Amino acid sequence: MTTASGAIERDIEAIYREEYGRVVASLARRFGDLDVAEDAASEALVVALERWPADGIPPNPGGWLTTTAGNRAIDRIRREKLRHAKHEAADMIRDDTPHEPTGIVEDDRLRLIFTCCHPALAPEARVALTLRLLGGLTVPEIARAFLVQETTMAQRITRAKAKIKAANIPFRVPSTADLTERLSTVLAVLYLVFNEGYLAGSGDDPIRPDLTDEAIRLTRIVRQLLPEEPEVAGLLALMLMTDARRTARVADGELVTLGDQDRSRWDRALITEGHALTRQALDARRAGPYALLAAINAIHTAAPDVRDTDWARIASLYDQLYALMPSPIVALNRAVAVAEVDGPQVALAIVDGLDLDGYHAWHATRADLLRRIGRSEEAIAAYDAAIAATENEAERAYLARRRSQLQG
Amino acid sequence: MTQYMFSVIHGELDYTDDEMQQIVAAVDAFNEKYKDITVFAGGLEAPETATKVDGTGDTVVVTDGPFLETKEHLGGFWVLEISDLDAALKLAGEASKACALPLEVRPFQAEPPA
Repeated sequence: MTTASGAIERDIEAIYREEYGRVVASLARRFGDLDVAEDAASEALVVALERWPADGIPPNPGGWLTTTAGNRAIDRIRREKLRHAKHEAADMIRDDTPHEPTGIVEDDRLRLIFTCCHPALAPEARVALTLRLLGGLTVPEIARAFLVQETTMAQRITRAKAKIKAANIPFRVPSTADLTERLSTVLAVLYLVFNEGYLAGSGDDPIRPDLTDEAIRLTRIVRQLLPEEPEVAGLLALMLMTDARRTARVADGELVTLGDQDRSRWDRALITEGHALTRQALDARRAGPYALLAAINAIHTAAPDVRDTDWARIASLYDQLYALMPSPIVALNRAVAVAEVDGPQVALAIVDGLDLDGYHAWHATRADLLRRIGRSEEAIAAYDAAIAATENEAERAYLARRRSQLQG
Repeated sequence: MTQYMFSVIHGELDYTDDEMQQIVAAVDAFNEKYKDITVFAGGLEAPETATKVDGTGDTVVVTDGPFLETKEHLGGFWVLEISDLDAALKLAGEASKACALPLEVRPFQAEPPA
């Protein structure tokens, strides 16, 4: 019996997490208050944990949780005689129609993600709020993911919610005129969550599938809500094709670079989906940065062997990307492709001209290029600098082995 | 609706007469355009004209000068009544263009319920 009830509790909690964003988004719109929404959602969980083990899980658990949470919120607003405006809100929505898991509720989540990723909020607060309110992650989970104290993360989230309320940041999908710009901050948040999971800045796990999976899940939601936006398709494609290589990327605690990966271990289904999305993303009048990054990854994942890689096409896509985003990191990645097309000497000249002294990938790229042209001592020094600049253990292990091969 | 203060915070300004006239005209145009939602708007005299008053002790102490000696100071502000922050940020963009200076947007506390 104990195992059975433990199992249903786990099921309920999984459903709750899956539905959390929907429930909170719907309540946030109805009550215009994130705290009311979150409190009501957790009360609904308590009720579900009481009733579902006996009554069974309802056919539409998301709708059930939303309705229950909505009723709890109204009860609570009346009981506690909260502010006058909320009384009015409670009276206004008394006869609100029950919510379905499609239509307006989907719009609510889209509204909420634009609120969470509002440019008036600090970037780290945008990430935390998105994971908390839409991802349903707990504060301790988010704190762990970003290696900060739980109290710090709790404060960050509390402050951001207080700003949303005090400054009256609306729960609204931006107007068409602002959509592209505002969408780019949403996509940046999702990509940051993904990258933090894919190459963890530090900590014991080189890859954090909890974060990559969550980023993909949220991006899928945004894509479902904005299916015509090419950059959303591009970002999702990029994530899927990157995630497809996850299992081949670390072996025996050591990072395996793209060229050395066992390509038979790549996830073909994700790659196929990624390629289809890339085509859609590139179909736009002018390819955006995520579409171009997706196209680059499509070329890598289309090559049966690293020797089949179309490096010239990759270099030209990086040229286009650099025209959109002239950042030294794009130039560094472009140099890796140039090394394959025009040789390591040409690439090294580009890399040496970049001001990226604090960036581990710059040192690692330099080290590799120096090694290839036989400048071993300089390569060793560059490997040392790269090792010092990263805290990711799998990457350090890889760099240390490459370095030791030079010391013959 | 929320009341927002747009504060213009700046250091030394060095405008030619022409530039100054342009700015004044642009700010006047902004004020005229949004007079219906304006609670208050105005420019302040230089910080050297400020007087500090401290009535927290037994006697009221009056001292010359601004509260804080800083390189940058509040030069003027608008208080506008606006639907939400997105709308406020749009107007703030216009206001900043008009006065040719960056500004800070800050909400007033909501009025306590009656």
